[in-house]
Amino acid sequence: MSAPVLEKVADAGETVVEARDLRRYYDISGGLFSQAGIVRALDGVSFRLQTGRTLAVVGESGCGKSTLARLVTMIEKPTSGTLLIDGEPVTASTAELRRKIQIVFQNPYGSLNPRQKIGAILEEPLKINTRDTASVRKDKAIAMMERVGLRSEHYERYPHMFSGGQRQRIAIARALMLNPKILVLDEPVSALDVSIQAQVLNILMDLQEELGLAYLFISHDLSVVRHLADEIMVMYLGKPVEFGPSEVVFNSPRHPYTAALLSATPVADPGREKKRIALTGELPSPLNPPAGCSFNPRCWKAQEKCIREEPPLMPDGPQSHACFFPVERDGNE
Amino acid sequence: MVHIEAQEAAAGTKPAGPTTAWAMRGAMLREFWFYFRQNRGAVIGLAIFTIVVLIAVLAPLLAPHSPTLQNRDALLLPPIWADGGSWTYALGTDAVGRDILSRLIYGARFSLFIGVVVVTLSVTVGVVVGLIAGFFGGWIDTAIMRVMDVILAFPSLLLALVLVAILGPGLMNAMIAIALILQPHFVRLTRASVLSERNREYVISARVAGASKLRLMFVTILPNCLAPLIVQATLAFSNAILDAAALGFLGMGAQPPTPEWGTMLAEAREFILRAPWVVTFPGLAILVTVLAINLMGDGLRDALDPKLKQS
Repeated sequence: MSAPVLEKVADAGETVVEARDLRRYYDISGGLFSQAGIVRALDGVSFRLQTGRTLAVVGESGCGKSTLARLVTMIEKPTSGTLLIDGEPVTASTAELRRKIQIVFQNPYGSLNPRQKIGAILEEPLKINTRDTASVRKDKAIAMMERVGLRSEHYERYPHMFSGGQRQRIAIARALMLNPKILVLDEPVSALDVSIQAQVLNILMDLQEELGLAYLFISHDLSVVRHLADEIMVMYLGKPVEFGPSEVVFNSPRHPYTAALLSATPVADPGREKKRIALTGELPSPLNPPAGCSFNPRCWKAQEKCIREEPPLMPDGPQSHACFFPVERDGNE
Repeated sequence: MVHIEAQEAAAGTKPAGPTTAWAMRGAMLREFWFYFRQNRGAVIGLAIFTIVVLIAVLAPLLAPHSPTLQNRDALLLPPIWADGGSWTYALGTDAVGRDILSRLIYGARFSLFIGVVVVTLSVTVGVVVGLIAGFFGGWIDTAIMRVMDVILAFPSLLLALVLVAILGPGLMNAMIAIALILQPHFVRLTRASVLSERNREYVISARVAGASKLRLMFVTILPNCLAPLIVQATLAFSNAILDAAALGFLGMGAQPPTPEWGTMLAEAREFILRAPWVVTFPGLAILVTVLAINLMGDGLRDALDPKLKQS
């Protein structure tokens, strides 16, 4: 099963991504009838990611998860803050750093060029970044296809001939062609059937163990996250509201938003007492965030202080959270 | 993953794929022909188009007379099936006694030449400009598109007429004028496709893989915008022939005695009641050629779109 292209990229525990106070604002230019404004898609996110470990970023749609993915993969530049990849700051010259970080997208139907055969798709990163000859590239591509469970005769086929799960494996294979150290997984399984999800997740976990990859796993599916993540960052409206080791966050969430999210996850245990926290209202517009804690309009614990002041992300025991009145630790929400 | 490995084992050894570039090209061509053949209209179009091309190439061998030779003894002779027709002039003669068949055969050369030159010119310029406008956006896009809007705002034939009037009548100038008026369609079409493709995830992942702007534009995005462009190009080919004929008809295109189909129509219009065949045959030639090219374009689009292929 070991393929010549795949080398273990690093020893475990080495910090490969470090984000310090990343921010990304979008200017909305005012039209004739609308006001100009700033969308704070990402408003101060810091984290560290080590090789062989998985950091999951969870939150509902519009909380800035995908913006974070785009910043970390250098598709977009942060408005402010620093991003260190493998110890080097991301600046203008990103060609070398690009090889170290790759991305797998949510929609396997959109992320593969419909005009390219699988072989060409897999070889493209090599073509751009290495001086390998055509035959070397082909060998590497075929080895990688076999590694993710595709057959070598798929080399000559077009993406539309594959199922969603196969396409996602192709996308993973392409991301791994350059031996990256970090893989950003932007909801990699949410477009797949549940049975296929498990297959793709298992491949991802195998690869991580084998290659020591660091995963930045973006998802809104908490059961998947629980299965995979070492650490969890819960985001709300562009800001992290809770951060900590996966087990701790799952067992005793402190931030009310995390607690609400977790209570919405189905648990395969009919005997367990269900205590569903139903949030009311919508995610506020990032164009016009509420004063104080951005969660206060939907929070059942909100008090006057929450409207006046913005809670900072403070360490509290094994995890950090941004809440003045956190949920009790014993799990009684 | 065990079952996948089992599948692999069941499938046996990997197939010996095409190795040399020639073999690969041959395989691609065979595949293309397989899909092209499914569309009967396209095959008929291709057949007619091939015949027209052959006629144009072999014109000196096929034509019974010189296209410009005038025979004062045989003015406005009818075609053979009418009374007074003869095999010497199978499709009759025009008002100055030139053989219509020979003129049509030589005219195929001009029509195809016009089509090829105009399409090449307008497609290359239009696609590159449209790609730039769509890919870079912002003020570049705005500037380019406003210029294209200005060109599109004029009635196309009128604009071509004005351009030819400025450049001077003649086939070459007519072709340049027609290319210029057809090219905004390509710009718009390319830009629209590029805009919709530009933010697709496969483009972003090519960017993450480190693809340069040029590679993104021409290797990643452009092939995915081709389907409408191919159809537009074949339509433009026939449009070019039509417009050149129109300009020729108005006396601004090919100048007499060039046996260009549109010019032939123009010269013959005063005899439309007395000798209808003089007008009919060039008109038919234009019709058949244009129709054949349009049919072919449809088939090309279907054959080139991998989404329509069966696995």
